[in-house]
Amino acid sequence: MNNLSERIRPALRWETGLAVVVVLILIIGSAASPQFLTGNNLFNLGLSNGEIAIMTLPMTLIIISGEIDLSVASILGMSSALLGYLWAKGWPMPAIFVFVAVVGIAAGAVNGLLVTRLRLPSLAVTIGTLALYRGIATIVLGPNTVSSFPAAYTNLGIDAVPFTGNDMTWSTLIFIVLAIIFGVVLHATPLGRSIYAMGASAEAAQFAGIRVKRIKTGLFMASGFICALAGVLWTFRLSTAVQNNGLGLELSVVAIVLLAGVSIFGGKGSIAGVVLAVLAFAGIQNALLLTNFNQEATGIVTGALLLASVFLPAVGRLRRRRRRLTHP
Amino acid sequence: MSAATQTTGSEQQAGRARDAGLAERVFRIRESGILVVLVLFVAVTTAVRPRFLDASNIQFVLVDTATFALLALGQTMVVIARHVDLSVGSVVGLSAYLSASLFKDHPGISIPVVFLAGLGIGLACGIANGMMVAVGRVPSLVVTLATLYIIRGIDILIVGGNEVDASSLPDSFINISKDTVAGIPVLAIAVAVVIAIGAYYLRTYRSGRDLYAIGSNPDAARLAGLKVGRRVFTAFAVSGAIAGVAGVLWSSQYPTINSTAGTGYELQVVSAVVVGGVAIFGGSGTATGAALGALLLTTINSALYVLGISSFWDQAIWGFLLLVAIALDQTITERLTSALRSRKPRSTRPGATRPGLTSPQSSTGSSTGTRHE
Amino acid sequence: MALRRAKKLALAFPVAATVALAACSSSASSSSSSAAPAASSAAASASGSAAGASASSSAGGGATAGLKTGLKVFVIPKNLGNSYFTTADSANSGGAIAALTALGETGTETSGTSATPASQIPAIQAAISKGANALIVSATDPTALCPTLQSAMKRGITVVTYDSDAPTCRTLFINQASTAQIGTSEVDVLAKQIGDTGQVAIVSAAASATNQNAWITYMKQELKKYPKMQLVSTVYGNDDPTTATQVTQGLLQQYPNLKGVISPTTVGIAAAAGVLDSAKYRGKIALTGLGTPDEMKKYVADGTVKEFELWNPADLGYLAGYAAVELASGKITASAGQNFTAGKLGSFTVGADNTVLLGPPYVFDSTNIAKFNF
Repeated sequence: MNNLSERIRPALRWETGLAVVVVLILIIGSAASPQFLTGNNLFNLGLSNGEIAIMTLPMTLIIISGEIDLSVASILGMSSALLGYLWAKGWPMPAIFVFVAVVGIAAGAVNGLLVTRLRLPSLAVTIGTLALYRGIATIVLGPNTVSSFPAAYTNLGIDAVPFTGNDMTWSTLIFIVLAIIFGVVLHATPLGRSIYAMGASAEAAQFAGIRVKRIKTGLFMASGFICALAGVLWTFRLSTAVQNNGLGLELSVVAIVLLAGVSIFGGKGSIAGVVLAVLAFAGIQNALLLTNFNQEATGIVTGALLLASVFLPAVGRLRRRRRRLTHP
Repeated sequence: MSAATQTTGSEQQAGRARDAGLAERVFRIRESGILVVLVLFVAVTTAVRPRFLDASNIQFVLVDTATFALLALGQTMVVIARHVDLSVGSVVGLSAYLSASLFKDHPGISIPVVFLAGLGIGLACGIANGMMVAVGRVPSLVVTLATLYIIRGIDILIVGGNEVDASSLPDSFINISKDTVAGIPVLAIAVAVVIAIGAYYLRTYRSGRDLYAIGSNPDAARLAGLKVGRRVFTAFAVSGAIAGVAGVLWSSQYPTINSTAGTGYELQVVSAVVVGGVAIFGGSGTATGAALGALLLTTINSALYVLGISSFWDQAIWGFLLLVAIALDQTITERLTSALRSRKPRSTRPGATRPGLTSPQSSTGSSTGTRHE
Repeated sequence: MALRRAKKLALAFPVAATVALAACSSSASSSSSSAAPAASSAAASASGSAAGASASSSAGGGATAGLKTGLKVFVIPKNLGNSYFTTADSANSGGAIAALTALGETGTETSGTSATPASQIPAIQAAISKGANALIVSATDPTALCPTLQSAMKRGITVVTYDSDAPTCRTLFINQASTAQIGTSEVDVLAKQIGDTGQVAIVSAAASATNQNAWITYMKQELKKYPKMQLVSTVYGNDDPTTATQVTQGLLQQYPNLKGVISPTTVGIAAAAGVLDSAKYRGKIALTGLGTPDEMKKYVADGTVKEFELWNPADLGYLAGYAAVELASGKITASAGQNFTAGKLGSFTVGADNTVLLGPPYVFDSTNIAKFNF
């Protein structure tokens, strides 16, 4: 019990700060532009950030467990390329979905096995698979693009979910559902507690009987599957399969997860924080875009928030340590 | 008592020296391993297409490798200390544009001044990184990811929609990346010299070797009295300065500069460093190895073109090679570690501690530190 | 008794009214008889032009009768940081925003930095959110932008493409020059320089760019006229100077007998020229394509490039600005034969496929390049 509150308390402190930041963004955004809080704008927000948001969820669990997965954007790209390639070859769409899902899981499994069985550092491994999977996407599609997808499918990428009043994209809905699932798993199941334990100390977790290798491999496979799903959504949203779909997104995904207060060393973090961080990230980009600020220069704000996410807790720790020293 | 201690002491010292020798030998082997792969690769490609070794091809490869290897040197220093510098791509971009616009806005400015300016810009960024990581004691992955974004954002703000094109740059500057001496590009020679200096420094100077200790076990290093903060700060500052100079070279090689220069380059640099045998968790690897890694990757790139294999295979091969290199390094490290552990000096008293060796005890697998068997 | 008086009043009233009206109308017709020609001519002109607003309603527009003012127009190039688009769009160079400002509209340039649909779409969406009345877009992809552009059109926003088309989701396309003419002339220029013989390659921009692929199709067709010329490869520089340099170097490594390179992208030709700018290649490998004079001056001066083509991007943007406003004001429709005047550029007619052509490509070489500054 003590452990739980020890873990949750610092996280909660950061989450509260993050919630304040999100509220600030909402206020500043709507002051800067009357269109900020409109349904249509939120819909567009969901469209542009849905896939990234979805990918942050398994990444959170992976980072909490003490690893990292930089190949997420490449798995997205690879699934997009396969989707286009197979469709152009005339495969039926349901078969393509199954194939792409299997490939995504396999890609994640490769990551997981390299990390757990060969005991290779996940940072280096996933930099390698980042190149490998993007390379496979390039080999599969070459310079070609496939855009002949039928409207029934591309609408999944661009239409609003029925019965929600035209404001919710399918990707947003999927994100909400997945966030609930991942949140429950992480915070309310033994599996979730094991993930925290692994992140805090892999050896101790191993000795405690937790199947570290199996769980980590499972997390990588889940990540692979989810990134494949994101790849399908991305392709339908742009109605184009091309090898550079999603290029460079992995750093955004990691940035959002770190922004959420998830510690890069593992063992700390929460899904609530990730949801808030997604809102903050998307909100900043959108608010600045609506006020004519250069889209990519929004990186400065993202970077500053990222720094705050590590410095503020560090300052807090320092203060607590000093307090503990002077008031034993 | 004292006699026994003395014998144990000198035997321990001898044991230490033997083990250090073994570690040195293994890492020489690892470096030569890359060299062997490189030579084999070149040999096979040349056998199929003799023009691979044409002067012009060699020049292409060497010039492309030069900037790459330079950045790999800076990154090596940081990675050996168990850190990472993801901001190098953005620093290169900022430095490239600012130095190019110096030429544009101040025609006739001397080239060394521009190099100094680039170095200064990079140094400033490196100092910022170093301060945050060393003084703030926060994870370098997060810090440099943040500065990657911030520096790129500053670059975009400064550049806006502009660009500097080749006609604004003096010919003598652009020729830096084209001039050759006896068929070898001047740039490659200069970078090779810098890397040799860097490698020598890392091997010989205490501040260099300290980086290995810090990378192997930061807490132990701190307890042993090493100035961890200062060393890490210096490593980041140097990495930044190198990236600044690399940015100036970039604008010589690619004389049309806009706000996208250097985007995404950081992961390629880390790949070269890992292929070159530098363990991502620090404590081992050499600058020479990293430079060879950069050379190997560029050579493969070129070989694909020459062999007429679609360049679309390039990235997949790159990724595969990276995985092989990581797996190989891991195996070597584990074998070496167990070989060293199994060598017990004859008269070890139970409980006598063997002084820790600085090289091969890098952590394996998870990011949470060394595993004790 | 009261009823009879009321009936009398009731009768009297219309009589009096009719008399009054008759008197008024006679006086009116007398006064308006002199004004009648004006009234009738006003009526005639109102029925003649689609929007009958008089000249005084267009503030500062001078002689641009009939155009709306105060429109919010967003110019969305493929990417920012590309000097070709900066020239096409900005006010200083006399591009799109200059035209829009002259017409009394508000013009804003916005886009991403990587010339991909994923980078361009958020900018389009933001423009819609900000209340755009018209969008002027250079499409990074022929279909990826369609959902967003179509939703814009559904809201009554005028969508015009320029430079690179998205054929199924815009009303009008402002083309710099005939697509066929660009493709064929590039090949002809190169053929002349290499004596109709040898291996040639194309350094393009992004693989999905509509205009690139359209021109390349015509290039391949034209190459059939030169049986001794062989297209060995098409490589993609993605509108990024570094990538374009690297793929050009790759070409040189893969094809040692390469004789000529066509790069129909300003970023590509500048990068290729940088690579070929050495004693080894100058004169041995011919380079042509579409380039901006500023980027090419150095290479024309030292002989790396003899001739290249372009048009004035500022004129293209200017024309696009006018066309968008004409369309948004309802003065023209997108059907063939519609006429309009684009300020200093003169008059234009909408052609087939809802396209407006700027004019023929312009050939730059050492004799004329010094005259230009873009």
